Amino acid sequence: MKNLSLKELNLGLSSKKFSSEELTKFFLNEIKISNPKINAFITVDEEKSLQQARDADKRISQNNINELTGIPIAQKDIFCAKGWKTTCGSKMLDNFYSPYDSKVIELFNQSGAVNLGKTNMDEFAMGSSNETSYYGEVRNPWNLDYVPGGSSGGSAAAVASGMAPASTATDTGGSIRQPSSLCGLTGLKPTYGLVSRFGMIAFASSLDQAGPIAKSAEDCALMLKVMAAHDTRDSTSIKQNIPDYQKSLDHPIKGKTIGLPKEFFNDDLNQEVKIVLEQVIDSYQKMGVNFKEISLANSHLSIPVYYVIAPAEASSNLSRYDGVKFGYRAKEFKDLEEMYLKTREQGFGEEVKRRILVGTYVLSAGYYDAYYLKAQKIRRLIAHDFKNAFKECDLILAPSCPSTAFKIGDKTEDPVSMYMQDMYTISTNLAGLPAISSPAGFINKMPVGFQLIGNYFDEATILNFTHQYQQITDWHQKTPGTDI
Amino acid sequence: MSWDIVIGIETHVQLTTQTKIFSGASTSYGMPANENACLVSLAYPGTLPVLNKEAVKKAIKFGLAVNADIAEHSVFARKNYFYPDLPKGYQISQFELPVVNNGFLTIGDNKKIRILRAHLEEDAGKSVHGILNNQTGIDLNRAGTPLLEIVTEPDMNSAQEAIAYAKKLHNLVQWIGVCDGNMQEGSFRCDVNVSVKPSGSEKLGTRREIKNLNSFRNMEQAINFEVNWQIEQLEDGNEIVQSTVLFNPDTGETRAMRSKEEANDYRYFPDPDLLPLKITQEDIDDIRSTLGELPEVSIKRLVEDFKLNDADASIITSNKKTYEFFQSLISEGLDPKITANWIVVNLFAKLNDNELSINESTINKDQFVLLIRRIMDKTISNNAAKKIFDLLWDDPKVEVDQSIESLGLKQVSDSSAILPLVQEVIAHNQAMVEQFKSGKDKAFNALVGQVMKLSKGKANPGQVSELLKDELNKV
Repeated sequence: MKNLSLKELNLGLSSKKFSSEELTKFFLNEIKISNPKINAFITVDEEKSLQQARDADKRISQNNINELTGIPIAQKDIFCAKGWKTTCGSKMLDNFYSPYDSKVIELFNQSGAVNLGKTNMDEFAMGSSNETSYYGEVRNPWNLDYVPGGSSGGSAAAVASGMAPASTATDTGGSIRQPSSLCGLTGLKPTYGLVSRFGMIAFASSLDQAGPIAKSAEDCALMLKVMAAHDTRDSTSIKQNIPDYQKSLDHPIKGKTIGLPKEFFNDDLNQEVKIVLEQVIDSYQKMGVNFKEISLANSHLSIPVYYVIAPAEASSNLSRYDGVKFGYRAKEFKDLEEMYLKTREQGFGEEVKRRILVGTYVLSAGYYDAYYLKAQKIRRLIAHDFKNAFKECDLILAPSCPSTAFKIGDKTEDPVSMYMQDMYTISTNLAGLPAISSPAGFINKMPVGFQLIGNYFDEATILNFTHQYQQITDWHQKTPGTDI
Repeated sequence: MSWDIVIGIETHVQLTTQTKIFSGASTSYGMPANENACLVSLAYPGTLPVLNKEAVKKAIKFGLAVNADIAEHSVFARKNYFYPDLPKGYQISQFELPVVNNGFLTIGDNKKIRILRAHLEEDAGKSVHGILNNQTGIDLNRAGTPLLEIVTEPDMNSAQEAIAYAKKLHNLVQWIGVCDGNMQEGSFRCDVNVSVKPSGSEKLGTRREIKNLNSFRNMEQAINFEVNWQIEQLEDGNEIVQSTVLFNPDTGETRAMRSKEEANDYRYFPDPDLLPLKITQEDIDDIRSTLGELPEVSIKRLVEDFKLNDADASIITSNKKTYEFFQSLISEGLDPKITANWIVVNLFAKLNDNELSINESTINKDQFVLLIRRIMDKTISNNAAKKIFDLLWDDPKVEVDQSIESLGLKQVSDSSAILPLVQEVIAHNQAMVEQFKSGKDKAFNALVGQVMKLSKGKANPGQVSELLKDELNKV
């Protein structure tokens, strides 16, 4: 069961080869074996999961089955799930049991999927290595000395190590694509507004978007089909016809055009990554796809713009964690002011505090125009660059990350070098565009991915192209421990 | 040295919507603590705001009623500060781009008070101190209640003008049905900015803001105290420090709460959870069609069509219920002037004596109509009607016609019955008749009084005067 695709698991369940309960027990056992060294899960609740599995088996016996019914899915601990501890990787929410389901969880429940557990993540999704989690760092299944990426490091490591068939994740600046690249997985960040943010704990509201991390484009298509839905409880959710992503996987791609941004393929690009990308281009060319140089002139401003806007929003979004209503409250304080100070000092980790400080600063009187307002203007220019680029091509190919995974502890003392991890992913968040990272090979036995960026709501084309690539390559089928 | 007073007012008007401005929780007043606190009100992780369109409609309606511009594009912003009754750590408000701009109200003798802006925002909750072991509790029932904050230019120059504006606004928001106007429950709260400057000076003085005034009486006292205090300070050579002050109704004094230096930097920025608010001309036209007649127009109609005097007309339109009551009486065919007079003088006197509003009036309308009708058809005199009105007020079951009978108040309008009385009075009051002849008009009234007395109040006073005049001419 370990390396079966979602489609194969669905077939096994519907043909009664195995039950959801057996399947769930299998993965719970994998978690028991592997999680102590990987640390991909914050919360596992066997009883809750098995209850859902038995309910799914009932559905299956009544032939009330769809793509994910009975399949265990690991849920990033950013999604509120009723009755489940929901921590967002923070001490601040260590005692928080959600009284309600997020839209994403609701949709998985409706489809009959089993919640396999809540995955580890950087605290409040702030980080690129999963080292900022209150629950300890997650280890990369390909080499336990290395980071799995972040912030959805637990979700990626759970799938890469075979503890879960697929997982949910979120991406504010690269948090789906970067860990997917570092763990040899396929991860899709949808268009902003495609997946509801209701019940998804906010980091930077104008950038946050949920999506799947799985073993293939096909699995991502199945996951996205469940996750994408209009939601009146999220004002930024967009009413959109959800296409059948699975159906379009096999559409012909011959004669289509992929753009190559010259600003990404320059001397700064890691030589080894460059070689991998050239092989990807070669594969697509063999399938009859044309390549064209395009320009994203303002992309070099993405990181500074992001590190103004995201912390600004975060500084406000995280104000609610004040010890008054829920979550952590300092034990001793003499007055209200001290309760606030101690609660937030003790409840938040270093990276979260750093970003709250930056965000508070850029929104302050006298600095707002120079930082926040200017960043918003450049954000619009960045989106405009993409708009022009898509007049000339169907998709844009880019590196997912500047390198493969780095060693745990390597970048923790240097936040800026950590921030550079997202240099190729952040611009799509700023523009609100969808993008995927797909496995493209290995460098020194560590996985590396490539990124395809699509136009708004064109997830179908992204998945189609990725699937076609995965039909003629087998990088996505490699698992840790196999010969590479 | 003489001083000019400069006043601007910010009013928080609670909009009468069923649910909160960004969630489906109820806005009902007087519920047990936190009964109306849903997950959004509690700012639970992952919850998001969804705009209540009813609140927007009411804001537009207000904008139209004060001849303001309705913004096609307005933006919700976050006002960030920490306080236990502010669950998100920020208030969703409008900052740079409010929904209503550039309106006005007129007060007194057509003085224009400009309304700079009106913006939508959510109310905060309440801290309840000392509930348990001296601890403070938080009640979030009110958190998220829709508010329209209405901001004037500093166009008022006395406490009287400020009160006139506030009363006019208070009437208007109820008239157009956007606010219940209940000041005790905090549905209508005013912050008053006061400054003084040497008479005629162009430069505005430093202002102090008196927060949260929830009655017109308090507002008047607070402004008067504040103005005197500021003038005293300046005359003593002190400077006014820009600050926020609170009014203490017990002492009648204002006291500084915090100065500008201590004020928060609210770090406003557009709320990324909400899309910009788009309003089309069609939306505006739809709402305009529901606006109905505004008090300004009604008052004109009362004066022009019904010939009421300005004072009666403005009292009748001082709130919509009174105006509607008046309209319903007129539609029964009653004389407008007599009716207006009866509402303004007699009904309001009873309401005021009992500290009731027109909404709480228990007067039996049908009998009230009949009473006025009996005055019109001269069955009873105005004075007799007052006696019956007293009975009717105390007991709505009292029947007017029956009371006229049983109290013997029926007016005598038969000349042949009145004439002998007139003649008798003339015969017995020669001195007064002499006085009248020598030009003392007062004597005439005294003679009328004598006839009325002789008739035990039942004679029709109009007829008495006429007959008396005729008879005196004969003398």
